Amino acid sequence: MDAIPAGALILGVKLFLVVNVLLIIAAYLVYFERKISAWMQSRVGPNRVGPLGLLQSFADVFKLYTKEDIVPALVDKKYHMIAPVISIGISMATYAVIPFGEYYVGGVNLMAVAPGISIGLLYLLAMSSIGVYGITLAGWSSNNKYSLLGGLRSAAQMISYELSMGLALIGALMISGSLDLLEIVKSQSGGKWNLFFQPIGFIIFLVAAFAETNRAPFDLPEAEPELVGGYHTEYSGMKFGLFYLAEYINMLTASCMVTVIYLGGWDIPFLYENLAKAGISQGNPLLALIQFGVFFGKLIPLLFFFIWVRWSLPRFRYDQLMDLGWKVMLPLALANILLTGIVMTILQYFGIL
Amino acid sequence: MNIKKNTELERMTFWEKIYLPEIARGLSLTFKQMFEPTFTRQYPEERWIPTGSYRGRPVLVLEEDGERCVACGLCSRVCPALAIEVQAGETDKVKERYPAKFEINMLRCIYCGFCEEVCPEEAIIMSKDYELVFTSQEEAILGKDKLLIPIAQLQDRLEFLRQYR
Repeated sequence: MDAIPAGALILGVKLFLVVNVLLIIAAYLVYFERKISAWMQSRVGPNRVGPLGLLQSFADVFKLYTKEDIVPALVDKKYHMIAPVISIGISMATYAVIPFGEYYVGGVNLMAVAPGISIGLLYLLAMSSIGVYGITLAGWSSNNKYSLLGGLRSAAQMISYELSMGLALIGALMISGSLDLLEIVKSQSGGKWNLFFQPIGFIIFLVAAFAETNRAPFDLPEAEPELVGGYHTEYSGMKFGLFYLAEYINMLTASCMVTVIYLGGWDIPFLYENLAKAGISQGNPLLALIQFGVFFGKLIPLLFFFIWVRWSLPRFRYDQLMDLGWKVMLPLALANILLTGIVMTILQYFGIL
Repeated sequence: MNIKKNTELERMTFWEKIYLPEIARGLSLTFKQMFEPTFTRQYPEERWIPTGSYRGRPVLVLEEDGERCVACGLCSRVCPALAIEVQAGETDKVKERYPAKFEINMLRCIYCGFCEEVCPEEAIIMSKDYELVFTSQEEAILGKDKLLIPIAQLQDRLEFLRQYR
């Protein structure tokens, strides 16, 4: 075992944990999406497989695996095959930089897959924009008008909303003063969450996040009444399953980004001071677990919100979507940056900040 | 120049125009809906028992001394989907005629109940049976063995017919 360096072993364990936890969370997100939508529509929802239908997602995955994988004759086979892989690969790659807590062993934070990346936020934004390649490529390689339209819509939508998303983040960045996600979380400790200083930025980011993840009310790329199934019309079996999985993992990514940037990550006011008094301080594995629990606890309401909105709001029309993106959210995001800058300058002048 | 104005947009108040309060209202509605009771019946465990007015699978009435049917062929004649086939036979009983062959093709039956309406003997009536599963076309053609049901099980429908026909 001397051949394997300790660092590589730790990285392997972390990767294994993150990928598996992600897949399980995605499976249960699908279950809760179906269950919550059922409750909102006075239905019962899945309740047959396992107690309360808890194993429904695994039955679905099993079904998708055993289904015939149909590749239509006229598709561009190479890209048709690679598109779902890009989709799922990119959505999982984002988790490399997200810190779930702080636990240092030998100066290395164990609670993130790739800790200490100073441009973590840029990496997150880059990955979420590359995700559009999977969808566009799927639409294009399917050689189907509806798929192509879905893919193009997705590309247009992502580019439009990425701008407002990035600009909305700048306000929070100006306050935190770092692109390192760990630094951003630390700068919000003690209840100084960016949510309270950047309410407009928070709302813009949240709306843009809905558009980035292709969730309702911005799910135009797969608008069933107009586009059959959108970009995944020509996919079947587990290839379709990968797109489906990527959608839910993207949802989780968006929630993680909101938690880290606006909700202070694992921060809860007065919790850690009191824990330190009780003897659980930095370096204690229990603290790392508590931090992870708090982080996860903040994700759950956000994920519920994603599902809740999907089953409440009707889909945007395409021109309305573009109007909202370019005429409303972009100017608002720019105004938010200006406002933040002015307020910060004034506060610095009076020496408060 | 008659340029049509967007009156809808003018009618809206400021708060309606920025959408967010309206979205919050919509969200609160769906949230309340989550706690409303459901009306779902857990089907294979909880079965629905129809009333006498229900038109399910058509069946033949079986009395103590054999079937009521006299094989007049009216049901076969009236059937809009041509689902019924009757072949008459002769016996030494009081009624003299009986159906030697009586077949209903359940793939053709449309549950209209005309056969029941036209029957002079009240011999073919609609039952409460709504669980019809076939795995082949041959299986879907029901012969006399499956059609004849003892009269005791059909009292609800006969009662209904007596009242409302």
